[in-house]
Amino acid sequence: MKIAVCVKQVPDAAVTKRIDPATKRLDRSGETALNPVDANAVEEALRIRDASGEGEVVVVSLGPEKALDALRKALAMGADRAVLVSDDAAAGSDLVATSYALARALERESADLVLFGQQASDGDGALLWAAVAERLRRPMISQAAELTFENGSVTGKRQTEFGYDVIRASLPAVVAVADSINEPRYPSLKGIMGAKKKPQDVVTLSELGIEPDRAGSAGSRTEVLALSAPPPRGDTRKIEDDGSGAEKILEFLAEKRLVQ
Amino acid sequence: MTTLVFLEHHEGELQKGSLGVLGKAAGLGHPVSGIILGSGVEGLAADAGRYGAATVYVADDPRLEAPLPQPRVDALAQLVEEKGIETVLFAQSILSADIAAALAARLDAGLNWQLVDLEEQDGVLVGKQSALGDSVLVDVGWTSTPRLGLFRAGVFDPVETGAAGTLERLDVRFEEHSLLAEMLEQAHEETSGPSIEDASVIVAGGRGLGAPEGFGMVEELAKALGGAVGATRAVVDAGWYPYASQVGQTGKNVSPALYVACGISGAIQHKVGMQGSKVIVAINKDPNAPIFEFADLGVVGDVNQIVPKLTELVRARSS
Ligand SMILES: Cc1cc2nc3c(=O)[nH]c(=O)nc-3n(C[C@H](O)[C@H](O)[C@H](O)COP(=O)(O)OP(=O)(O)OC[C@H]3O[C@@H](n4cnc5c(N)ncnc54)[C@H](O)[C@@H]3O)c2cc1C
Ligand SMILES: Nc1ncnc2c1ncn2[C@@H]1O[C@H](COP(=O)(O)O)[C@@H](O)[C@H]1O
Repeated sequence: MKIAVCVKQVPDAAVTKRIDPATKRLDRSGETALNPVDANAVEEALRIRDASGEGEVVVVSLGPEKALDALRKALAMGADRAVLVSDDAAAGSDLVATSYALARALERESADLVLFGQQASDGDGALLWAAVAERLRRPMISQAAELTFENGSVTGKRQTEFGYDVIRASLPAVVAVADSINEPRYPSLKGIMGAKKKPQDVVTLSELGIEPDRAGSAGSRTEVLALSAPPPRGDTRKIEDDGSGAEKILEFLAEKRLVQ
Repeated sequence: MTTLVFLEHHEGELQKGSLGVLGKAAGLGHPVSGIILGSGVEGLAADAGRYGAATVYVADDPRLEAPLPQPRVDALAQLVEEKGIETVLFAQSILSADIAAALAARLDAGLNWQLVDLEEQDGVLVGKQSALGDSVLVDVGWTSTPRLGLFRAGVFDPVETGAAGTLERLDVRFEEHSLLAEMLEQAHEETSGPSIEDASVIVAGGRGLGAPEGFGMVEELAKALGGAVGATRAVVDAGWYPYASQVGQTGKNVSPALYVACGISGAIQHKVGMQGSKVIVAINKDPNAPIFEFADLGVVGDVNQIVPKLTELVRARSS
């Protein structure tokens, strides 16, 4: 089975995320990481490939040149090949433009299965796969916490507001996975060394035949108008546990009259 | 300005979130229509009218029986094009999010999400988006029509207007790819015993408990404090704790006097279900965990050390 996995480079969890007031875009200058749940999607792809004993895992991303770091992490985990769609003209792409560019890159791959993570940690969208599935005209399953394959179809179990759904889709299909689906492996030293030699294709929009007015701000249908501070929160206090953490909590609860 | 609200329903009832959005849209002062998609759902049209829909479009089709997104995208795209609808609004849910995003691609229409409000400024629609873990409020706009908007769960309460809407039936032409997914099973747990929604103290556990057994110490602390046990989706999905205990966007909405979060990162989907708690205490070993942004008391430390000790202290105090 040929599997494409869409992954995103996001600000590292330790970085305080901010929107640059000048560009009104997310500041991506600090430490970065592979979007955490995308590592689950890569892990799932590797397991499917290895269980079937054949096939290929290609990781696909849209982002600046430095997003190659995130793709290399996926290669170090064991993915076979990386494709990065990178172009100055793609900066500032919204859902409409991003899904268009990714779909064009995915069309070239014609994978049997396209995997996504359930959400990018910098956008809280949890939406992109549905737009891509629609552009590829393929069935989709979102939030999958468990996947099984049989006779040219994929079955996913996923949680909704009411309990669990079990959905079957014929292949080729698009699936977004939840973070509980597996425990992603850590890349081994050998994997990290080997990643450098794996094919890493950086493609521009024109190489994918994407018209300039379909990418970046020109291809987007939404805009950021203004930024403001959120409504103030109450007081918050953070302390380090130096061995007395439990006592401190008890004192606090007593102060608030939450224990007798 | 023509506005359409997607009205989600479950077990014969329109969902509160969708009705809230309908009320919000009607409050902007233009006629608003609603759309109900399903099988055997025409009876719901009257409710939609009562909550603010001047026109209620209904497509009744066995192929719309299962709550799958893609056949619904066909119906919405068709209606938007036929009626020249300019704005389509949704209330956040697993189903609605998938529909909204796929519809955005189908119509090349801008979609703004995590909206907490919508205003008309000089005749232009502006959405209020709460972004980056609620650290910034963003005014967002649309550069073309149709405009699509997805509201955060539970931001508006439904408003009964008492009026009756006009019913219009819709015949959907389905795309081939929209019918390639099939709902095999819907296991909707009946909850038994007291609901965590009524508990005045909740001790909740997340993946930081390390293993399902970690819930043992959470249960002990809950017992000592006279409370109930909550959980994150990550651990419920992983089978560590039952779904009935899940707090968050796809779980329960709780507002106890005390919420103790143990090994929980504080993702936005968890936060929306518990931010109404009066006092929030968090124990997490990562000083940068988002939960510390909104916990009244945050302790950076190991749950395995702190939770059992706290249980002992609480017991010693109350005995
Ligand atoms: C559409 C959608 C709907 C969702 N609905 C919900 C929902 O209803 N409810 C919900 O909860 N989530 C929901 N989620 C998932 C949500 O985004 C998060 O993935 C989830 O809440 C994370 O759960 P967690 O905090 O247990 O795990 P993690 O995010 O993995 O956090 C675990 C935390 O434990 C800490 N930790 C680890 N070890 C220790 C230790 N020994 N001591 C102390 N701390 C430790 C870590 O530092 C970390 O912060 C939804 C997601 C999507 C996309
Ligand atoms: N720029 C991108 N390039 C490739 N994949 C992406 C990109 N942005 C998001 N994704 C994928 O889409 C998923 C959902 O993202 P989102 O809808 O932005 O929350 C992520 O978990 C990734 O799998």
